[in-house]
Amino acid sequence: MERTIYREIQANRAILQTAALLGVFLLGAAGAVLYMEEYGHIVTGMTNQIVWGLPHVFAIFLIVAASGALNVASIASVFGKTPYKPLSRLSALLAMALLAGGLAVLVLDLGRPDRLIIAMTTYNFKSIFAWNIYLYNGFFLIVGIYLYTQMARSMPAKVVKTAGFVAFIWRLALTTGTGSIFGWLVARAAYESAIMAPLFIVMSFAFGLAVFILVVTFTTRVTGRPFGPKLLNRLGRLLGIFVGLVLYFTAIQHLTSGYWARNGGIERFILFNGGIYTTLFWVGQVLIGGLIPLALVFHPTGGRKPASTIVASILVILGGFAQVYVIVIGGQAYPLNIFPGFTASSSFFDGVVNTYNPSWPEFLLGMGGVALALTITGLGMKVLRILPTNLSDANVGQM
Amino acid sequence: MKLPALKFSKKPSEMDRRDFLRAGAALATITLAPGVTLMAFGGSEAKANADPAKRWGLLIDVNKCVKDCTACVSACSQENGWRLPVNKETDAQWIRKVTLTDNDTGREEYLVTMCQHCEEPPCVDVCPTGASFKRVDGIVLVDKHICIGCRYCMMACPYKARSFVHENIVDEQKTWAPRGKGTVESCTMCVHRVDTGRIPACVEACNATGHGAIIFGDLKDPESEISKALAKYPSTALRDDLGLNPGVRYSNL
Ligand code: SF4
Ligand code: SF4
Repeated sequence: MERTIYREIQANRAILQTAALLGVFLLGAAGAVLYMEEYGHIVTGMTNQIVWGLPHVFAIFLIVAASGALNVASIASVFGKTPYKPLSRLSALLAMALLAGGLAVLVLDLGRPDRLIIAMTTYNFKSIFAWNIYLYNGFFLIVGIYLYTQMARSMPAKVVKTAGFVAFIWRLALTTGTGSIFGWLVARAAYESAIMAPLFIVMSFAFGLAVFILVVTFTTRVTGRPFGPKLLNRLGRLLGIFVGLVLYFTAIQHLTSGYWARNGGIERFILFNGGIYTTLFWVGQVLIGGLIPLALVFHPTGGRKPASTIVASILVILGGFAQVYVIVIGGQAYPLNIFPGFTASSSFFDGVVNTYNPSWPEFLLGMGGVALALTITGLGMKVLRILPTNLSDANVGQM
Repeated sequence: MKLPALKFSKKPSEMDRRDFLRAGAALATITLAPGVTLMAFGGSEAKANADPAKRWGLLIDVNKCVKDCTACVSACSQENGWRLPVNKETDAQWIRKVTLTDNDTGREEYLVTMCQHCEEPPCVDVCPTGASFKRVDGIVLVDKHICIGCRYCMMACPYKARSFVHENIVDEQKTWAPRGKGTVESCTMCVHRVDTGRIPACVEACNATGHGAIIFGDLKDPESEISKALAKYPSTALRDDLGLNPGVRYSNL
């Protein structure tokens, strides 16, 4: 078996075209940000009822996926699965890039993004948001070090393993922290569930791996580097396990009986009569993001085809967006119960299901975050020795 | 006006930081010339004026709040310079009239609701920068200097008490209630009036109509009108089950 050789990727036509496309999205996002800055959030679909909109859906998806993108590196170094080892560098790079994309969206959606320096220097230590700022900064630092240890020449294996372990623990904390943002919203029935933190962790496993699979497949194809179908298939089956876990935790979330007793209203809303949210839940999250990918990757014959894994990854991402949308927007659409026992009405939409119509600037901002993450990943692979020259099954070792 | 209070914000632990802020605010009171309005920016300067021996509160008598009367809402809008809602979905509403229909009997009741000035305010707990804060006399405010407009407090508030400023403000601003696009705001219990011994604008307006549905006063003073009324008649807090102990109470709900 040939030793793994990592090489910078070389610009070619396909890569330049991709870069141009990403550039268009980045420009679109820049325009959207300037527009929102000038006129305020009035030009978005967000209101005093739906205070977190599409940008938060994108930001949370990217941040959650960031931690999951580290999976492959963790499995290789912490759990010692050698076939994944050649992919560890990319796994770490992608994790940092996704986090950067998500945070950029989060920050640019602030009412006062110009006050970012205040957010970085003035902390309320009771706030989980403030803690998250540490978790995010720490993630860059730790994963950065981890990537460095992998790339540095003659670094003792033990050091790499330790760095990988710290990164693994840190990313679990990071996802827990992200999930806990919702746990603190005591009055919002949709988020009153202890399952939120573990649910976010399994979501991160699935979303991050799906993004990873697509990035590796795409990059190896356009650079003409071999990527073994068995390795891809193996990643696909791993994705299947994570998708199964997401479905399992989702079921627990919605079926816990004590939870139903207190929150029957919101449960009926999401599961049965919430209109768009009910559709997104069943069709988007459960069917497209769950059952179909499962069937694709575990199909006895078709599951072995590379296309199955690739399509499954795309569907997991789409379903993931639907899931985050239902959590973030659906949770706000359902009215707060301020006056139990009464039906309330007011000029401030008390007691009604709030409507939300996402706007173009919001969507462009969100897509800009995705484009930023992919651009960073691409540039990283261009200037650093991230991607192995040969990921053929014969080369990466025993399946 | 840059006050020393804002500079002490980097202490490592929560307790230390709070103490420092207080010390800084006290320092600000001494160093500033008498007569300078510390409230000018509705910010942490306002901390200096609070008296820890007091806890300001409101008692709203649902029986006395009349259908179709919005005197308090108009008064608040006038006093604090926010327009009565034109774009209902996005305009700020510091106080609002709510119609309640009893699910069992169909009986209608009316009340007003605003920031409940919680003793354990979730908005303050979640605010990443500390822009949301509670004065020692129980009034919960937003420091417009350091609010970054993340809207986490709006997600956390159980009463929908807060509004986000969605667009440039064209109305005339009041010096005691500065407003700015991209920041969050809510009822201040007319802290600028309270600090000079006056009562909130809504209470004054309600009294002027003769309905007298809102009592303002010090919950810690057993002799105050509000404490006596609370001692005498049954009352409740909205979402009492959350244990936030709001400073705004309701009777006859
Ligand atoms: S009512 Fe809402 S805004 Fe007012 S103190 Fe309580 S949580 Fe904060
Ligand atoms: S919007 Fe402003 S006051 Fe509210 S939590 Fe964010 S920084 Fe604090």
